[in-house]
Amino acid sequence: MFLIECPWCGVRDETEFNCVGEAHIVRPLEPEKLSDEEWADYLFMRKNPKGMHREQWLHVAGCRRYFNAERDTVTYRISATYRIGEQAPGEAGK
Amino acid sequence: MSQRFRTGQGGRIDREQEIEFTFNGKPYTGMIGDTLCSALLANGVHLVGRSWKYHRPRGVVSAGAEEPNALFQLEKGNRTIPNARGTQVELYPDLDASSVNCWPNLDFDLLSVNSWFSRLMPAGFYYKTFMWPKSMWLKYEHFIRKASGLGVAPREPDPDRYEHSHRHCDVLVVGGGVAGLSAALVAARAGARVVVADEQSEFGGLTLASRAQIDGVEAARWIDDAVAELRGMTEVTLLPRSTVFGYHDYNFLTINQRLTDHLPLTERFGGREKLWQVRAHQVVLATGAAERPLIFANNDRPGIMLASAVSTYTNRYAVKPGSRAVVFTNNDSAYQSALDLNAAGVEVTAVVDARSDSTSEIANTVRNSGIEVLNGSVVVDTAGRKHLRSVQVMRLSADGSSVSGNRKSFDCDLLAISGGWSPVVHLNAQSGASPVWDDEAAMFCPGEPTQAQVSAGGANGTLDLPGCLREGAAAGANAANACGLEAKLAVPAAEQVDSEAILPLWALPSPYTRGRGPKAFIDLQNDVGVADIELAVREGFQSVEHVKRYTAMGFGTDQGKLGNINGMGILAQTMGQTIAATGTTTYRPNYTPVSFGAFAGQNLGEHLFDPARKTAMHGWHEENGASFEDVGQWKRPWYYPRKGESLDDAVNRECLAVRESVGILDASTLGKIEVRGPDAARFLEMIYTNNWMKLEIGKGRYGFMLGEDGMVMDDGVTIRIGEDHFLMHTTTGGAAGVLAWMERWLQTEWPEMEVFLTSVTDHWATAAVVGPKSRDVVSSVCDGIDFLAAAFPFMASKTGSIGDIECRVNRISFSGELAYEVNVPANYGRFMWEKLMQAGEPYDITPYGTETMHVLRAEKGYVIVGQDTDGSVTVDDLGLGWALSKTKQDFIGKRSLNRPDTLRKDRKQLVGLLTDDPATVIPEGAQLVNDPQAPLPMPMVGHVSSSYYSACCGHSIAMALVKGGHQRMGETVHAPLANGRVIKATITTPVFYDKEGSKPNA
Ligand SMILES: [Zn+2]
Repeated sequence: MFLIECPWCGVRDETEFNCVGEAHIVRPLEPEKLSDEEWADYLFMRKNPKGMHREQWLHVAGCRRYFNAERDTVTYRISATYRIGEQAPGEAGK
Repeated sequence: MSQRFRTGQGGRIDREQEIEFTFNGKPYTGMIGDTLCSALLANGVHLVGRSWKYHRPRGVVSAGAEEPNALFQLEKGNRTIPNARGTQVELYPDLDASSVNCWPNLDFDLLSVNSWFSRLMPAGFYYKTFMWPKSMWLKYEHFIRKASGLGVAPREPDPDRYEHSHRHCDVLVVGGGVAGLSAALVAARAGARVVVADEQSEFGGLTLASRAQIDGVEAARWIDDAVAELRGMTEVTLLPRSTVFGYHDYNFLTINQRLTDHLPLTERFGGREKLWQVRAHQVVLATGAAERPLIFANNDRPGIMLASAVSTYTNRYAVKPGSRAVVFTNNDSAYQSALDLNAAGVEVTAVVDARSDSTSEIANTVRNSGIEVLNGSVVVDTAGRKHLRSVQVMRLSADGSSVSGNRKSFDCDLLAISGGWSPVVHLNAQSGASPVWDDEAAMFCPGEPTQAQVSAGGANGTLDLPGCLREGAAAGANAANACGLEAKLAVPAAEQVDSEAILPLWALPSPYTRGRGPKAFIDLQNDVGVADIELAVREGFQSVEHVKRYTAMGFGTDQGKLGNINGMGILAQTMGQTIAATGTTTYRPNYTPVSFGAFAGQNLGEHLFDPARKTAMHGWHEENGASFEDVGQWKRPWYYPRKGESLDDAVNRECLAVRESVGILDASTLGKIEVRGPDAARFLEMIYTNNWMKLEIGKGRYGFMLGEDGMVMDDGVTIRIGEDHFLMHTTTGGAAGVLAWMERWLQTEWPEMEVFLTSVTDHWATAAVVGPKSRDVVSSVCDGIDFLAAAFPFMASKTGSIGDIECRVNRISFSGELAYEVNVPANYGRFMWEKLMQAGEPYDITPYGTETMHVLRAEKGYVIVGQDTDGSVTVDDLGLGWALSKTKQDFIGKRSLNRPDTLRKDRKQLVGLLTDDPATVIPEGAQLVNDPQAPLPMPMVGHVSSSYYSACCGHSIAMALVKGGHQRMGETVHAPLANGRVIKATITTPVFYDKEGSKPNA
């Protein structure tokens, strides 16, 4: 059972959260201009890394806000959580 | 005193309190402080059960959690407990225990005939013999289950209460032996919040059976003092009878505390068990080490016991586990057991030591006490059917590969065995570490921790008393320091006893031809022998996980605590590889079985397990005889049967009443979400498939929401209440999901949009008044609204009042009739409902439930999302393409509508079905085929999604999803049913009633 730091509420128990999948998937601005392959890529293709993964979480039994988390899929360690719109910590300085 | 094998003095039992208990119906006596097993042994009872497969007689092997044989059914009726380990059951007055796994009784077991055929029942026997032909498996299984037995689950409701408790602490010490107590003392003295959990009734662990000294006093006294000091500290929580059974992520550990199982049934009050859920900053694993047996022919007879268990029964429980003993070992620790037995007055005939020499001080002490030590020798066989009678010993060759010389026989009724020790690494492994094989010590030691955790003492492979004390104290200090405290390291002193190296032994050499000799058991509970492992390897199994599953090794209720390590050693030996390369099976929670009650806690019954949601009119529905159905968490009236009416009768009556006069439905459960803000309309444009910008204030519109994959996700009517203010209706079950879904788009994709969403489902009570007379009813109740058709058209929404209560009336229809939905603040729901019922009296207003609602909408071909759609259905598939905007540039899911798969002509499409026989109702879910005579596998062309008898139409109606159905009007399909019957039906439009659709506009 994880302990997760909601960037709005602080550290809470995993039972208050839902994981809603991979983070940083941007909806194309003009879907109609995309090929079927490009649209399918946005729609269906998701990373499944062994190691660090960026995920979107929802503090469903708390502030009801979505936020992002960096989580290692092997150790389950969450190295950072950050608000929507904020840069992923691993990206800083790049 | 009937306890013939009770020693005259010593032990941690209360000799003043003799208590009575029964085993298999026979009365015995024991003492307070006994376990069930120690009490049975005190009475000379060694035969306690039968093995799982061959039904061989079995006795007590251990004194702890690893016990595979001494499993009991405790008590009868609603408090019965199956498969309780007698080594861990505290004796209490009038305890009623019986053996599991024997039939008809323990002494005469009919199924022990299996034992005679054991050579015919190798590993995988059940798989190979009974899995074919497949159709017979169920018949075989019935017999096998009866024969295999184990314990019987209670058939009556559990009368006990169970509790949950949550705890945060600085240091959780798992195991209250001397290592754990040392750790707790150091950490607690530094001011840490400490929790100490131990599975036994008293702290002290194995050292409770030791005659050594700590800090100059008897070990037992030191333990008492340590516990007293800890008990006196306010920040320390001591949890005896508490098994830490799970180690999860983020130092989250689960503990099962048994509160009343040690008490007589008549004195059990309050909670039976408490499930502690602990978040610890630091964890000290001081779970000790478990002795492992040696594997030789007929090593399973009652009277063959772990040497450490022999010491525990002798010293802690003051019981002689036999009259005449032989000790068989490959290491030094069992010599202490020989001395313990000797001191208790049990004759020790010999110590058989596989090592060619033993020169440590303790070995010499044994020799000097007159006990013969046979070095370079091993036990090769034993005799005695229901109790050990003798053991046979042979010389072991220098390389350990064979035995030679004469078989020397020793008469004895007790064989104390020690094959070395295995740290209890279960929790370390559960926490994410991989145990590491130590070749010299011949044991799996804890792996590198992945969480804030340290192992100390026996759990860390440290077997000597001073080492345990030292490691425990250091672990406690480190844990406290890691919590930001300043710990003072204080190591309790104990005498160092030198010991010589172990000679690792797995499968012992045997004088018998391979595969011909008596069974040598590895897993006593599941009757897995050396030959079974060898067979598995011959048949090609290599992974320890596969061998485990094929032979069933470690699958018993003991989860292989005793036998698995030997099985892994023998597997490595058979495959000619190292144990390190062979590896371990996976250690999973729970360490020992945990009752369902502990997990459930107080989350029981309909109120606490899953809250029931009731509308404001619920009481009225109950008083008027409604039958309810669950829709999500909601309790919704299903139908309102009158005296003697069946479901069908009631629904037919309700349907006709609505169509001919007026009905009333509690529609409060429909999801309601307020969408507000300057960008509300723009947001709805993206969420829905149709246009919203130009919707007039006071008007509603029906819309579909799609997933980004273009499939229908939810539907409903949304009303524009103001320029920037909409009231959205969702399906009853979809409300929460739709809210979260819309929030996600707003928060993550379009944060620039100024839109605010509020769930108002519970704020409003809604009554749908439906039928040609609905206008008369509603208009006589609601004031301040002009109900003339021209002033209040279909899809309009108006506010008014009922008495002093504000109300909103929406003219929308889910039945194809003239209909109004009246909304009032939820607290006035029943008031509104009764007003409407009163006003409807002249028209015989009829309350109806969800079943009638379903029939009415199906008569009109209105879909229910989730029933007629399943996440793979588009709006076009439903034949409702008019709801898709042709002008909007974008909305969620739009691009997917042009994907090749979405454009396929042979997609399943919504159609109506009419059966030839008007009375026949096709079962919902029935598959549809074109040709019921087609060869198997028969191509399926669709399925029935909704199906009812329509009293209004006078015939059955069905909705179905059929491949290319829109182009198949008038064609025939067939629904072959499981019972062989085939129903023929004709494809039609799904609109069966009022095809022109004029009625709602009346
Ligand atoms: Zn939050």
